[in-house]
Amino acid sequence: MTLLAVERIKLFTTRSPLWCTLAAIGAVVGFAALISGVDNDSPATIAKAEFGVNFGLMIIMVMAALAITTEYRFGTIRATFQAIPNRTATLLAKTTVVALFAGVIGEFVAFASVGIAKLIKSSADLSINTGYEWRATAGVGAVYAIAAVIAIAVGTLIRHSAGAVSLLLIYVLLVESLIALIPNVGTDIQKWMPFQMAGMFLSGDPDPTNTTLNGNGPPPGSAGLSPGWALAYFAGFAVVLMVIALTTANKRDA
Amino acid sequence: MIEAQGLSKRYGKTLAVDDLSFTVQPGRVTGFLGPNGAGKSTTMRMILGLDAPSAGTVRLDGKKYRELHQPLRTVGALLDAKWVHPNRSARAHLRWLAKSNKLPAKRVDEVLETVGLTDVANRRAGGFSLGMSQRLGIAATLLGDPEVLLFDEPVNGLDPEGILWIRRFMHRLADEGRTVFVSSHLLSEMALTAQDLIVIGRGKLISQCTTDEFVAQATESTVLVRSPQLAKLRSALGQEGATLRDEGDSLVVSGMEIADIGDLAAAKGLTLHELSPQRGSLEEAFIQLTGDSVEYHAAVTTADLMPAGEVN
Repeated sequence: MTLLAVERIKLFTTRSPLWCTLAAIGAVVGFAALISGVDNDSPATIAKAEFGVNFGLMIIMVMAALAITTEYRFGTIRATFQAIPNRTATLLAKTTVVALFAGVIGEFVAFASVGIAKLIKSSADLSINTGYEWRATAGVGAVYAIAAVIAIAVGTLIRHSAGAVSLLLIYVLLVESLIALIPNVGTDIQKWMPFQMAGMFLSGDPDPTNTTLNGNGPPPGSAGLSPGWALAYFAGFAVVLMVIALTTANKRDA
Repeated sequence: MIEAQGLSKRYGKTLAVDDLSFTVQPGRVTGFLGPNGAGKSTTMRMILGLDAPSAGTVRLDGKKYRELHQPLRTVGALLDAKWVHPNRSARAHLRWLAKSNKLPAKRVDEVLETVGLTDVANRRAGGFSLGMSQRLGIAATLLGDPEVLLFDEPVNGLDPEGILWIRRFMHRLADEGRTVFVSSHLLSEMALTAQDLIVIGRGKLISQCTTDEFVAQATESTVLVRSPQLAKLRSALGQEGATLRDEGDSLVVSGMEIADIGDLAAAKGLTLHELSPQRGSLEEAFIQLTGDSVEYHAAVTTADLMPAGEVN
């Protein structure tokens, strides 16, 4: 508990969580408002309200990576290890606090997006009742939290802000999409990549009311597993990275 | 008490710290002296468990750093005053440190008061001058009221007032019975601050003794004598077996106590115009001792000093 309190103080005595929250709200809720406002061809759906979730995901990962790389940048990681020599415990505490914060932002932006879509399109059926709809909204918090763990693990391994952030963004934005271009095997590999799994959990296996017609709205996620297992796969990936990061941090000179 | 046993640190092919063994006693200020790059900071990081030694151990009151429960209560260390998030306030920085070792929140205000930062406690630490950062770093070391204190080059870049403040502060800490270990590359500074010295060069121990011993050993002490009856004085001193050297119209005497020279002159009825102890410069002595162990010598040749126009 003490270590969680320490990391909570550290996180909230800098301005990055505030900016990150504002940016995530702007990106996700802003997109929901934009889509609801301009799209008059097809009925508003939960799937379309959550259009901006992936933008928010990038912001969350940048925030989480910076939470650890700035400690290396400013040397506060050494002050931390000096105060708490148990590196595993202190890094896990940081991961927990940042992941929880990311989860809260995720839940907030997901439901706020539905709320703003409902405000703009008051006639639309935006009630959340099917399993798909719950995954697409309440599931955002879980995906953001796990993504934050991945970002912290990468940040711990790379230790440099620019390096960690570029690696994360290039991987998520380019590697996982471009891999599908490899002839024959590309799409099969892509189906088993972690962020495809996260997408599968959030928007895969849609029910008929949320199926996008004529390219209106984002395509549904697709990956090699059912939504529930896809989330477990994504979480497992995060755990593996975290274990590697903790082992490295314990061995390495701070 | 800090005890290092055969401490070594290897970075690839370079041996930054080489089989270093020393003891730092409580109740005294111990200087850790060596030229830049001698391995002082590396040693301090190993003491704090930040870097793992390639060989050997270092113990604080009998325990390894990583075995300490709530280490800030045992060891306070200032390795770099800039190890603060620039957008965090001084108070917030101390608050998380205090929390990490379950120290009461009021300790934060107490240490801020001690170092005189109460008025700027809520300002962002990134805007602090070097002197203020240094004070904040010292406040952090005092949080847990520790028995052992480590400071790495604490006076580097400070103004004279700041240097004096730190020097007095360390003496106060040692007078309270604490173990104070201060690194520096300036012997003249250490001569004023430290009672004991651990001198290293290229990662190896050169000497461990008291500062007075080190200074006496390192610098030849001589006596300068001026007298209108220099010739008589010279023969009188010569009979006593002193070594003499002429320096203008005065005499430099070595191998004889200053009081004995005065007594001798009085016994012979010789007038003295000056009788003063002379000391070689500490810097010279330090360079002499660590001369072979400085890692990067400045190589200046006459060609470098020649004006460009004269070279054909």
